[in-house]
Order: sequence, then C-alpha cells, then structure tokens
Amino acid sequence: MSDDVVISVKDVSMEFNLSQEKTDNLKEYVIKALKRELRFQSFWALEDISFEIKKGDKVGVVGLNGAGKSTLLKIISGVMKPTIGTVDIHGNIAPLLALGAGFDPNYTGHENIFFYGAILGHTREFMESKYDEIVEFSEVGDFIDVPLKNYSSGMRSRLAFSIATAVNPEILILDEILSVGDVSFQEKSKKRMNSMTEGDATLLFVSHSVAMVRNMCDKAIWLHEGHLMAQGEVNDVCNQYVDFVQNKLKLFKDE
Amino acid sequence: MVSLGFNRIMDNFSKYRSLLSELVRRDIKIKYRRSVLGVLWSLLDPLLNMIVLTIVFSTLFHRIDNYPIYYLSAMLAYTLFRSGSTQAMRSIISSSGIWKVVYVPKYLYVLSGVLSNFVTYVISLVILFAIMFVLQVKFTVFILFASLPILILIVMTIGVGLIMATLNVFFRDIEHLYGVFCTLLMYAMPIFYPEDILPASFRFIQVYNPVYQVIKALRDCFLYGQLYSYYSILYSAFFAVLFLAIGLFMFYKLQDKFILYV
Repeated sequence: MSDDVVISVKDVSMEFNLSQEKTDNLKEYVIKALKRELRFQSFWALEDISFEIKKGDKVGVVGLNGAGKSTLLKIISGVMKPTIGTVDIHGNIAPLLALGAGFDPNYTGHENIFFYGAILGHTREFMESKYDEIVEFSEVGDFIDVPLKNYSSGMRSRLAFSIATAVNPEILILDEILSVGDVSFQEKSKKRMNSMTEGDATLLFVSHSVAMVRNMCDKAIWLHEGHLMAQGEVNDVCNQYVDFVQNKLKLFKDE
Repeated sequence: MVSLGFNRIMDNFSKYRSLLSELVRRDIKIKYRRSVLGVLWSLLDPLLNMIVLTIVFSTLFHRIDNYPIYYLSAMLAYTLFRSGSTQAMRSIISSSGIWKVVYVPKYLYVLSGVLSNFVTYVISLVILFAIMFVLQVKFTVFILFASLPILILIVMTIGVGLIMATLNVFFRDIEHLYGVFCTLLMYAMPIFYPEDILPASFRFIQVYNPVYQVIKALRDCFLYGQLYSYYSILYSAFFAVLFLAIGLFMFYKLQDKFILYV
C-alpha cells in the first residue's frame, strides 16, 4: 500500500439483524432459545465494498436513499465496525456528521464548547486556545452564558458548526451540513468549508445533490443498494448515476 | 501484536483524557443542579440516615461502640459500590445518543460513572471524620492505610460496572435484577447490625463476600484503628481483579455489537 493512501476500505460488508420483534428481555430470550424460535432476518446494508482514497482527494458519495451511504460514513468514522472487512485510516479525522449530537442542553454555551470539544477528542487547553474564535464565528454573542436549551435551533447549529470546524483536520467527512443558519451564515460557513478543503486536506462528502458533488469533489463513488456501482472521476460517475436515475424515472412514468 | 494493541489503547485514552474529566465533572454538576444546598447533600444524605439508624439501632445493638462510625464507615463504602456500578450499568444506554453518531471510547462512560461516585465518596468522608471528631474516636495512622481497600473497591466497582453495562445492552431486565441484588447484598452484610448476629452456619455470607471484606478492612482503618487482616485484602483484591478482567473481556468482545442492540 502506498504512503499517500489515507482511507483504505477493503472488502467491507455490513449486516444488520432485522428481526421483527426485538428480544431484549431475558425471559423471552430464554424461552425463544429453548423453542428454537430465535429467528434472525439479516439485511446486508453494504456488500463487498473496496476502495482507496489518497491524500488530498475530494471524494463525493452519491446514491439513492437506502444505498448505504450513511452506513459507509459511520464505518469510516469509527462509529460502527463492519461485519466483514477492514477499514484503515491514516491521519486525524473530523466527522462533521450529526452536528451538536454531543451537546448537553443543561450546559451553557461556554460549558458546551469544552464538553463537545472533549467528545471530539480535543483537550481543554486546545479548546481554550480556540475559544474566542469559536464564540466569534458562531455569532451567539451574549447567549454564550445561557443554557443551551434556551437557544434557537439556528444558534445551536451555528455553535456546533463553529466548534466542529475549529480544527484543521487531515480528513474531513461531510454529510450535507452546509445549510446551517441563515443566508449570511451559510455564506460564511461555505467559505470556511472551502478553506478547510483547500490544500492537501482529504474530503469525503455525501450528498443527494449531484451538482454539489460535481462542484466540490474531483472523484466520486456511487453506491446502490449496498453495492459499489462505480468509482472514479467525478463527472464520469455522476453521469452514470444521473443516467441511471433518469432511466428509473422513465420506467416509473411508463408504468 | 499485543503490545501494539496496548499502545493504541493508551494513545486513544490520552486523546480522550479530557472527555473523562468532562464527564465526571458533568455527572457531579447535574446531580446538584437546581438544588439550593448543592454538594452539601453528599454530606446531609448519609448524616440524616445515620441519625435515624443510630436512634433506632444503637439501643438494640448497644454492644456496638460508636455506632454512628460503625454504620457510616460501612454504608459510605457500600453506597460507592452500589451507586457507582449502577450508574456505570446505565451509562452505555443513556449515552447512546452520542456514541451512535460520533466515535468515542465507550468505556469512558462506565469509568466516569464510577469515578463521579468516588468523588462523592471522598466528599462524604468529611462527615465521617467530623463525627469521629465529635465522638472522640482516635484518628490513627491507619486512616491512611484505608487508601488500599478504597482502591480495591474502585477496581471492583469498575469491573462489576463493565459486566453489568455489557449485559444491560442486550437484556434490559438486568437493570431491575441488579437493583434487587444490591438491596439483598446490603441486608446480607453487617452494615447496620453486628457481625455476630448471624448464626455460625450462615457466617460464610460474610467470609466469602468480597464487598464485605473491603468494608471490614475500612472499618478496621476508621473505627478500630488497626491494620486490616491479610485475608480481607487479598481475598477482595483477587475478586476485584477477577471482575475487572471479566468485565474488560466482555466489554471489548461485545462493544462493537452495542450499536446493533441499542
């Protein structure tokens, strides 16, 4: 494996168990096990996915709903372990997924900056050095000393975005979060995203918008129902994907 | 290979060290949020319990000298074990909103559940010392020796917490079952009654109970001002390490499956 591969996904498959009734009750479990009624209906969200991402690549992931895009991102960001296969990551990774999931509503904005920072793996000293910048960028002003439960949803997500993007990560994982806040903040966040992805930072971007992928990425991966349909140059893959979707729409209209 | 894995775990731990302290801090902050007396409750709760039990039992068990110290030295340790392991048990499920979307080492939640209860324990020792002072129980050097049984108790609580947290992900009944078990455990141990109240044929409940052996060692340090027996320390330390080993094994073996069951 060459040195500049930062994400290497090898033969990854992910199985989910979709048993109709979840058996999380000890008594039921024992009875069903004795009766041999423990049925597992398995569902493969991803099957045999392999690809490599090199340093500095901007890779878009496209696909319809249920294609396995989110599962793939969860596996790459380390939240899930694949059932089969391995994922190797070289470099520090900043998943900008589910922004603000680590917030504590009872904490003030000030306390949350350190708490959320810690969840993302930053030390208190590091967060202190970035504190002023975060407060300023988030535009929450005096609300920084107010408990988060009194924030508007826009303020909440602005603060989350400012904390999550305060670092300069080597690998950035994005899941359509550019629509944060009002128009002026969107401009600001777009600018910051661009400056983050400039240079040799690696970007993995999931979106339903093909236009956005074409705009931001130079390579793309197309997933469909857990299978890797195509990968390569962004316009190639996007064209194939768009053709596929249009064919599907045509079939739908004909019926 | 093994050392490589160990290094990786240590690297990861040092990266998320601040998360551990943030979690402990938050546990304590949340516990006393919106309460006027705040952290004083850590002192008042055992104090009020002690007063009631002293009034009720000190006449019944008048053989016990310094009943308040007898009770408190044991009850505080038991509370550390019970609340610590219970909070640890629930921590994985209650924090699922976070580890299901962001990568964090999940064992930190178990650890912080135990450590925040340890902080409460240390605070509540103040009340123990205050009452020792009032009752003129001698402060001996053996109070410093108490750090060893306390350490054993923490390791044991972490071990049990890891086991219970893992089981609780797969079977939610465990939570209720464990509550009942802890209550039985409390009554089975001479916390507020004298040791010799039990007939000899039931004495094994005390002798082979690792939690009680820790409590016994702590009583030796605080109340009797003497060195604990080797048996108490070695027996409880053995179980503490055993529980920790089982807990770590189960947790690491199954933690990747948590997300599929929560």
